[in-house]
Amino acid sequence: MIENLIQRLLSTHKFPGGVHPPQHKAESISVGSVKTEIPARLILPLHQHIGEPAEPIVAVGDKVLKGQRIAKANGYVSAAIHAPTSGTVSDISDYPIPHPSGLNAPCIVIETDGEDKWGERLAVQDWKKLDASALRNIIRDAGIVGLGGAGFPSFIKLNPGASKQIDTLILNGVECEPYITCDDFIMRERSGEIMLGITIMRHALNAKECIITVEENKPEAFQAMTMMAKETSGVKVMSVPTIYPHGSEKQLVQAVTGKEVPANGLTTQIGIVCHNVATAAAVYRAVYQGEPLISRYVTVTGSGVKQAKNIRALMGTPMSELIKQCDGEPASLSRVIMGGPMMGYAMQTDQVPVIKTTNCIIACTAEDVVSEPAVMPCIRCGACAEVCPVSLLPQQLYWHAKSRDHDKAQEFNLFDCIECGCCSYVCPSKIPLVQYYRHAKGEIWADEREKALADIARGRHEFRQTRIEREAAEKAERHRKKKEALAASKKKAAAITATDGKTAAENSGNKNTAIDDAIAKAKAKRLQQGHAHEKAAPENTAGKNKTETSDS
Amino acid sequence: MEFKTPTSPHIHSGASVSRVMLLVIAAMIPGIAVYVGYFGWGVVINILLAIVTALACEAGMLIIRKRPVLPFLYDGSALVTAFLLALALPPIAPWWIVVLGAAFAIIIAKQLYGGLGYNPFNPAMAGYVMLLVSFPIEMTRWQAPLVNSETSLSFIDSWNIIFSGIAEKIGDNITDAITMATPLDNLKTELRLDQSVEQIINGNPLFSHLAGLGWEWINIAFLVGGLFLIYKRIISWHIPVAVLATIAVLSGVFYLIDADKFSSPMIHLLSGATMLGAFFIATDPVSATSSNPGRIIYGVGIGIFIYVIRTWGGYPDAVAFSVLLMNMVAPTIDYYVKPRVFGHKK
Repeated sequence: MIENLIQRLLSTHKFPGGVHPPQHKAESISVGSVKTEIPARLILPLHQHIGEPAEPIVAVGDKVLKGQRIAKANGYVSAAIHAPTSGTVSDISDYPIPHPSGLNAPCIVIETDGEDKWGERLAVQDWKKLDASALRNIIRDAGIVGLGGAGFPSFIKLNPGASKQIDTLILNGVECEPYITCDDFIMRERSGEIMLGITIMRHALNAKECIITVEENKPEAFQAMTMMAKETSGVKVMSVPTIYPHGSEKQLVQAVTGKEVPANGLTTQIGIVCHNVATAAAVYRAVYQGEPLISRYVTVTGSGVKQAKNIRALMGTPMSELIKQCDGEPASLSRVIMGGPMMGYAMQTDQVPVIKTTNCIIACTAEDVVSEPAVMPCIRCGACAEVCPVSLLPQQLYWHAKSRDHDKAQEFNLFDCIECGCCSYVCPSKIPLVQYYRHAKGEIWADEREKALADIARGRHEFRQTRIEREAAEKAERHRKKKEALAASKKKAAAITATDGKTAAENSGNKNTAIDDAIAKAKAKRLQQGHAHEKAAPENTAGKNKTETSDS
Repeated sequence: MEFKTPTSPHIHSGASVSRVMLLVIAAMIPGIAVYVGYFGWGVVINILLAIVTALACEAGMLIIRKRPVLPFLYDGSALVTAFLLALALPPIAPWWIVVLGAAFAIIIAKQLYGGLGYNPFNPAMAGYVMLLVSFPIEMTRWQAPLVNSETSLSFIDSWNIIFSGIAEKIGDNITDAITMATPLDNLKTELRLDQSVEQIINGNPLFSHLAGLGWEWINIAFLVGGLFLIYKRIISWHIPVAVLATIAVLSGVFYLIDADKFSSPMIHLLSGATMLGAFFIATDPVSATSSNPGRIIYGVGIGIFIYVIRTWGGYPDAVAFSVLLMNMVAPTIDYYVKPRVFGHKK
């Protein structure tokens, strides 16, 4: 208790801004977590993470076992996908997936057989003998991505590069978004797994110390983690004030260490790596039990369900199944949100599956969410600037985004916006500020793509122009050479015919030659008379010479 | 089941423009109550007249500008303008002063610039200054605090004064009896006659223990209301603190230099429209600066102008002029004063 207080007093660092939306966490923590029933069908999107979609390595009709890899990582920033239970691959085609675009995307569909039969598992108990790279390979092969919501492949975040010394590993158990309690539960129920996961992560990172951060509104989780951390040196548990967006990586780093991650930079630049607590547990399972990432804690909550709870759900389970398990009535729902109400996405249908980044499903009725409020003009009150955790001027950004003045918007650091939604949340005029920023970012990206394409097109055009010019020049050069050669050959031919005495008229200007010619002719006549049979030969030779020179 | 997919955030704090405006009005109530106590029902009549005029003009302009009428009438911004203007006017000003001022504030200073959120100047202060320069006699004829005068002023009396004119109906005797210079006006006039501050204040029925009689309590009541607004996070502390601190420092320095020629910080802080101005007028978000460092500059500017005009200018009080002058530079301040964004170089 006193320790806790001292820690509070010592943690003076705080990020600017932030808001206190109603928590709504009590609904889903009244009962313990439950294991999902295996649904008849699992839909596994190939794109469940940041990076390239995975590449299927099974075909329709294949039998798969639990934990079997069914899609391999495609490139460095990508993650493999495994069968969450045993069954048969029934389809590989486009289905609705949880994605802000609301578009369908390729999925592997497994008809489950209910046997839940494990495939081959490679558990490594003596992982301490392995080097960092071997550990990273295990984690990569297990398809582990950040489970806090972003879904960045975890092995990359355990590979800061040889040149970077990592001082601190921060475990994020903040869970600042309202409604969500899955991290709270995993800390309560699997603190041991998290702690072992941390040990593996520290080994891979060679990190000196580890700070486990838990928001004040989770005293049980704090207690559980503190109990576990007692036995490990270099690990401390820190209680952080309840304020949104405390769980945002850069804000958390600032609050815990007082250091700022440089703009457009990474935490590794300041010697820090952040991982979610659930990711640590997944790392433990992958290494100690050879279990790839095939299930996760999902909070199913909102006024659309009668009993909100945390479900240990298999990846690929349709959200409608989980809502049903919490006695939800689909007809009463007005919106289904994946994630929290501040940053989560609204789903286009409740048939979308649980994926690796599904921390929460909020089955909303009208009382949970606002729907299309009347927007008033901005009264320049500056409430948005006060809550902005990045110290932007949201109001100025809004004016520039609205008037599509993209240069000005970027001058006001549009791209530093983390889209946490605090500004929209407090705006008394109910202006959907974040929406304007997203739109402006999208337009700028589109412009840049277009510009890049235009640059390529211009490059091509210019290249074509130079090629045409070069070809024309080469052609002219060839012509010139040919002409020269022609002229030269004509001269040569002329010279030859002259010596052969065939073109006397051409050389008539030269009297001597003419006389010589006459003499030669007379001689020839004499010779003709003497050797009539040899007559044709010299003429033929001269004619042949002529044709040859004109051809060359 | 198919759903709509609006983008995040999916929840809202419940803050609204009308809530902001209504809380501002609620916070004025203590000040208004004390004001009525010292100056009678004229204050209330002024407020009602201003409200009716402001709402009518707002509705008319919205119809002409083809904008939705009800949402903008409900937002409460015209109401706040009406309250601020009415509180700045003499409680015995003729009715047409109030009507003209409110109409000017809403039609010219607000709606012609684009309505809510687009006016560069504080509408109430624009209306007030228009009246002050156009009708100086009506605007400077203040009433004595009721506790000071021999005649009491009933609601009917106030009504008659406002709607029928003082001189014509009630007679010059009463006019003399109920009108009097404001303490700040009195100070200015007497200081010009080379009286020392102490000589002016001692035994002067216009002054009391802290500052002007009545005015000290009105200012304290507005201060209380203003603190409530800060507590409720409707306004940030930056502008009022900057305004008041600047006035206190400037008047303090000059008071220390020459206590005979310059009145004390106490008198400056608790006289005229100081507190109303610092907490309710200067904090109008639309026409003020929007960042916190910018707000401090803005508040300091207002404080300087108030002190300078009060001390060396031609007017006894200067809140309206100071606010309008700083309104002019607010966009420039906002342009140059930008907070350092997270992760960018210090």
